[in-house]
Amino acid sequence: MATAHTTAHGHDHGHHGAHHNEGAHGSVKSYIVGFVLSVILTAIPFGLVMSGALPAGTAIPVCFGLGIVQIIVHLVYFLHMNSSSARSWNMAAFLFTLLIVAILVVGSWWVMLHLNANMMPGAMPME
Amino acid sequence: MSNAHSVAAADAALLHGVEAHDEHHHDDGSKTTLGFWIYLMSDCILFAAVFAAFAVLRGQTAGGPDAKELFSLPYVAGETAFLLVSSFTYGMAMIAAEKQKQSATLRWLGVTLLLGLGFMFMELHEFAELIGEGAGPDRSAFLSSFFTLVGTHGLHVLSGMVWMVTLIAHVLRRGLTHANIVRLTCLSLFWHFLDIVWIGVFTIVYLSGVAA
Repeated sequence: MATAHTTAHGHDHGHHGAHHNEGAHGSVKSYIVGFVLSVILTAIPFGLVMSGALPAGTAIPVCFGLGIVQIIVHLVYFLHMNSSSARSWNMAAFLFTLLIVAILVVGSWWVMLHLNANMMPGAMPME
Repeated sequence: MSNAHSVAAADAALLHGVEAHDEHHHDDGSKTTLGFWIYLMSDCILFAAVFAAFAVLRGQTAGGPDAKELFSLPYVAGETAFLLVSSFTYGMAMIAAEKQKQSATLRWLGVTLLLGLGFMFMELHEFAELIGEGAGPDRSAFLSSFFTLVGTHGLHVLSGMVWMVTLIAHVLRRGLTHANIVRLTCLSLFWHFLDIVWIGVFTIVYLSGVAA
């Protein structure tokens, strides 16, 4: 209940808050820029794979690269991530999560790939 | 729990006309959105685990059909379009909410909900077709991990839609109060986050699967 008071007090600032928070949710223009960039960054990899213009060895890394760029576009234009001090905790939590996700995904994939290799008959020295 | 309680109390305070002007430590909702952001980060780790499982098992088709035979990229592009446009329309709803334009907010939320429904319909149709072809989650490790990953994302979208219906009801009942705007902001983070996860899904599952 202690927090109920502060939230209730905060309430009368709601209407003013609506004004000084405007920047936090971006503008119509920033959403349009983000949307157009996302459409382009989605159309290119789909077009590449559907047309078969590039061999798989090239097409897959290109798709991954464009996917990462699109994720950054979404973070900036839709989730309004930036390095301002007001959001430094959001950024810290995000960067920490990126580290964990990288360890989890790359680690699992790498270990399992090598596990298969090490299970090949004759690959392991016997005693 | 206590947070939901305090937000409800804030609404109640408004209804009873409780106003205070001398409080300088006002909560602009940033603590709530930071807390929700940290939940989203933990959700990221959940998705990382199912993505990792898929990356490891994608080749284990047990003699069954592989990604190339099963997936239709134009269909996936349609699902992607539904989600991407819905992210944009949710953004428009947030802008309208910030400007206290209630009917515009509700219209944009309604459009977002319909686009979400379109996505869910396409995904369920795809699942039903796969299962009908004998390519259900029981066919191979590849398909088990596919249904786990795409199904987990779909369940998130479904929860987001239930939440959106709830917030539409909240806004209809109490208007664009501060508490409701904080709630809408949390759902906007959730909805955009699901679109980001979908970028990973179409890149890793569909595009890489078909290109390979």
